[in-house]
Order: sequence, then C-alpha cells, then structure tokens
Amino acid sequence: MNFEEHAAKPLLHRAGIPTPKGGLAHSASDAREIADGLGKVVVKAQVPTGKRGKAGGIRSADTPSEAFDAAQAIIEMEIAGYEVTSVWVEERLASTAEFYAAVLNDAPSRSPMVIFSFEGGMDIEEVAASMPDRLRRVVVDIRHGFGQQEALALLDGLPGAHREKEGSPGIDKEALADILARLYRAFRDNDAELLEINPLAQLADASFAALDCKFVLDDSAIVRRRDLAEHGRSEQLTGLEARAREAGLRYIELSGDIGVIANGAGLTMTTMDVIARHGGEPANFLEIGGDSYIHARPALELLLDNPRVRSLVVNFCGAFARTDVMTQGIVEAWKALGPSLPIFFCVHGTGSKEARAMLREDLGIEPFETMDEAIIAAIAGAKS
Amino acid sequence: MIVRASERVLIQGITGRQGTFWTERMQAYGTRIVAGVNPKKAGTVHCGVPVYANAGQAMRETGFEVSVLFIPALGVKAAAVDAIEAGCKRLVILTEHVPVHDVMELLAAAKANDACVVGPNTAGLVTPGECFTGFMPAFERDIFRPGSIGVISRSGSLGTLICLNLVQAGFGESAFVGIGGDPIIGTTTLDALRILDADPGTQAVALVGEIGGTMEEDAAEYIAGMKKPVVAFIAGGASPPGKKMGHAGAIVIGNRGSHASKRKALEAARAVVIQSPSDIGPAMREAIG
Repeated sequence: MNFEEHAAKPLLHRAGIPTPKGGLAHSASDAREIADGLGKVVVKAQVPTGKRGKAGGIRSADTPSEAFDAAQAIIEMEIAGYEVTSVWVEERLASTAEFYAAVLNDAPSRSPMVIFSFEGGMDIEEVAASMPDRLRRVVVDIRHGFGQQEALALLDGLPGAHREKEGSPGIDKEALADILARLYRAFRDNDAELLEINPLAQLADASFAALDCKFVLDDSAIVRRRDLAEHGRSEQLTGLEARAREAGLRYIELSGDIGVIANGAGLTMTTMDVIARHGGEPANFLEIGGDSYIHARPALELLLDNPRVRSLVVNFCGAFARTDVMTQGIVEAWKALGPSLPIFFCVHGTGSKEARAMLREDLGIEPFETMDEAIIAAIAGAKS
Repeated sequence: MIVRASERVLIQGITGRQGTFWTERMQAYGTRIVAGVNPKKAGTVHCGVPVYANAGQAMRETGFEVSVLFIPALGVKAAAVDAIEAGCKRLVILTEHVPVHDVMELLAAAKANDACVVGPNTAGLVTPGECFTGFMPAFERDIFRPGSIGVISRSGSLGTLICLNLVQAGFGESAFVGIGGDPIIGTTTLDALRILDADPGTQAVALVGEIGGTMEEDAAEYIAGMKKPVVAFIAGGASPPGKKMGHAGAIVIGNRGSHASKRKALEAARAVVIQSPSDIGPAMREAIG
C-alpha cells in the first residue's frame, strides 16, 4: 500500500526526524489559509507517484494568494493517471545540500537494506547508474538492527559531500547518522516495504529536514497496522475490481475479450500468456486459488458483468484448491444465470474426475484435454 | 531440500481444518509424521500422533527432522523460531501473507542456526513414490510418478500443471520443489537448482518461474555451468507492469522482473525457454537427447 507524502511524513516526525511544517488542502482556499501561517511555501500535488515536479505538480508560492493560485492550478491536474484531489502546503526551507536516504526489503539478501547517497534530490536510479560509487547500500542483520554505530560506518569514506553549496556548513556526521538510525527504526516500527527520504536536506544551520517522503506499507502487514492503513492510498480500482475485492477475489481488468478464470496466480498468468500466444487477448486476470477457491460462483458472475467478454476459459489445475468444489460453483452460477456466451474448460488435478463428470452431466460440456486446446476454442468462440 | 520417506516430520498447526485434511493425506501417501504442535491441545492424540505444546517438547520426545507449518500468517514467525530453536534444520512454510519483516526475522534465525526454510507461500514438496510435505496432489497418479525430472516452481497450481504435462509425455519426477510466490523466501530458484543438480536421481530440471524479482536472472550463471539440462517456463509475459499478479512477488517494476529479462538471462545460460506448459514434454525430450 502506497502512502502519499502527507501521510508518510508523520511517520518520520514520530520517529524524531524533522519535517517542514505543513498542512493538507483539498481546495485553493484551504491552501491559502494554511499558507497564511507558514510564510514562503511549496504547494505539492498529493499523488502516489514520483515525477510530480516534472509534471508541474510542485510549485513555490511566496504569499498566501500565490499559494491559492498554485493550488488552483494543481488540483484537478492528472499526473501519471491519478487525478489530483489535494495538495500538501508546507514551509519552504532553504537547503544547502540534498541527500538521499532509504530503507527497503532486499530480496537477494533476505534482509533490510539501508541506502544512502550525498547525491540527493534526483532520481536515485540515475545516481545508481551514473555514479555507483556515490551510493552506499548496507545489508542489515535484522536481529541486530541498525543504530548510530552502523550508520556512522555507512557514512565513513562515502564520496560526494563536496557537492555542498558554497558557504554551507560542514556535515555533522553524528547528527546524520542519528537520522539514518531513526529512519531504520521507523521502517521497522511500521512494517515498511520502503521508507525513503528524497531529498533529505541540510539546512543553513547544519540541521537536517526531510523535504519529501515515500512510504510503502507491506500489504501482508495491513492486518496488524489497521490504524496506519487508513491513511494509505487505496489502489484505483474499476467498479468490477472493487466488487471483486469485496468478495475476496483477485481480479485485474484488462482490455481483451476472452474472460479468464483459473486457480492460483501462476496458472492464471499462464492462461493469459497462452491466450496471447494463440492470438487472443485476455479480458482479465482472475484467480480463485488459495482460500478463495470456494468463491467460483461470484467469480463467474463478475466476468459475465464485463460487457467486453465474448467467451470464457476456465482453467483449473487443483492442488490445495479442489477442482470439484470450484467447478460446482461455476456450474451453479451458469445454471442460475443462463448466459449465452461460449465457455471452455480444462480441468486437472485434485478432484478433477468429479469435476469432469459434473460438467458432462450438468452442462453437457466436455472439457478439453489441454489448456491450449481450450484456449484456441475460446478464441474462435469469441470471433463467432 | 528433498524430503525422504524415512524422515520424521512434525506438523505445527496439526489440529486445524487444513492441517488435519492434509496430514491425513500425507500419512496415506507415506510421509512419516511423528507428532503435531498445538499449545491448546497438548497431551492429546490427533491423526494418530501425539500433540505437543511446542516444538521443543516435540523434539525431545520424537527427534523430528522436518517441520511443516500450517499456521496463520501472524503466528508463523513465532512458530518457525520455536522449531528452529528446538534444533529443527528443515522447515516448510506453506502460509501466504506472512508480513515480510516476520519472514526476514525468521530467515535470519534460520541462517544463524544453519536451518533451511522452504517458503513461505509454497504448496510444498513432493518426492514421488515416497512422501510429500504440504498441499500438493501427490496422490494423483497422472500428475506425480517416480522419475528423473526435478521440478522447481514458484506456483503450486502451475507447477502441478507442468508435472501433469511431464507425466503425459511419459516422464516422471525425482522431486517437486515448490519454492513459493512471495518476494522474500528461504529457498530461492538458485538454491533449489543446486539441490537438484547434486541429486543423483535427477537427470534434468523443469524450472517454473514467473515475472517479478530477479531470482531467475540470479540463477542464470549457475545454470550455464550445469551439466544437467534445464527447461524453463516463465509465467506472466502477457501481464501488465506495475500490478501484483496474485502472488505478492509477481510484479514488474520498470524493466525489473520482466518476462523478457528472465527469458534473455535463461537463454544466455543455454536453458530452453518454452512458450506454453504444453511444450514441456517435447522440449524435455529434446533437451535430454
């Protein structure tokens, strides 16, 4: 789950990392009011994506009325497919240098990783590509943690500090290490997948402030971070996707006309791949594996409500999910709704004997021996 | 890991609905289940084996070698650490949606104690004709037969389909290693390849990957040096980027984790990459020569 800047920064604040004062505005007049107490401000679009600046979603304002104009211009903009509905208005701090700091889950080391660079304020992928020696990555022993000492070791000898602007104070490494240790603490305390500060600004008085923050909450941890998750940005879902979510189904709408129901993520993706391979286009990803295999009926109802769907492929290979239970759900829904679309089955694995018998007896349908055959028939069925 | 019929197996969470259902099937197939754990039902007998309060007690009484966890997501870390601290060296974690920080913690505990973890979010392991640990349809004769192909899969259902297609083509499996669909797992593609490469019963490997992460790319260098042929299928070529495709680990971010990147790396390592699971039989026959 992604968090916008306004929802991510309080995590830093609670961890003792300074952030500029600010407020969230849903209208231009709100923005003016917030700016009134802050002096010179920055007005920033709240969308869960990077590149806001390039898209014109971040503007400076010297007065409350300029803040009004800036907010007016930004609200209702569309950035990377997201409509802007709010702006974050915060005091504009003058930085003497900008750094990058992040903690994330690193799959190869199966550990948290702290990343830091004195080259902040820009896309970190670019820094990694063009100046790899300016970026330091440290794998953390999660049982030991990452404190002041580890942070100082990370900073030791890291090049790049020469980019400080003229007249800027020297870098207080103790204070910087303290920020990194606090960032790691906040990462752990909030079940983060990613917690990133870019830029981490050094101010004229040599102190630091997080000018932006990105937080991604581990979806599997939402159940134990309910209060936190309320502040996260829910994904943009289509009507059918939202209905699927309610029913506990994993459904993603695509642009084709072949409806797909399969069990298990791997098999469902593969069904889409094989449809594409034979020249068809899948209308959706919909898997009813795992605990949701008992929800075949609402799954089918969902697909039938997608007006683009012209034929259906049901591809089951039972392991944990029993194909007889899944097939029964499909058969019941099919009988109840009496759709006129063609439907093609391939059923193997746990419970498949019973499932095949059910299809023959209840629907008069003979399942195909291979998924390729079922898919080729479905593509032909969609054209007729 | 490859589990053998002689190995003593503990089931943590044996008394639950799924624990019971699959324990009975594992026992019927030949898995040597010696005990279960449920602190609330300690002292009872379930599925014909004693139930203990914790893994430590089960270890003292039975000396189990492998633990299979049928434990709800938020209880997995404590249960796994319990087994690891009891001296268990091999764990199979089936549970989906275990918080990633918990996974990292339990894997760190495993590493510190030289224990090997398969999963989380795996359908488990099958040694055809011997035993299985997890929830795989090992007992379906048209899917699992003793043979010489080692199968590695991130997905239970797709791995099952590949096994079916192998058996239909006249092959059998030496071992099925379900490694799991999570982004951070104990046994990676590379780890599983090493195990099958060293297994004298395995003649060739069927590698079933999917989009997301870099595990397949990370295994490529090792595959290039392997004598045993590798035939691979990577699911997700037709999936849109930026979306989690059912599995938490199946997401393409930028070019990272894409089908094209995995295919390129595997083909450069001289693995055969097939376009449909149906092609596995002919491709395997040709690869073995």
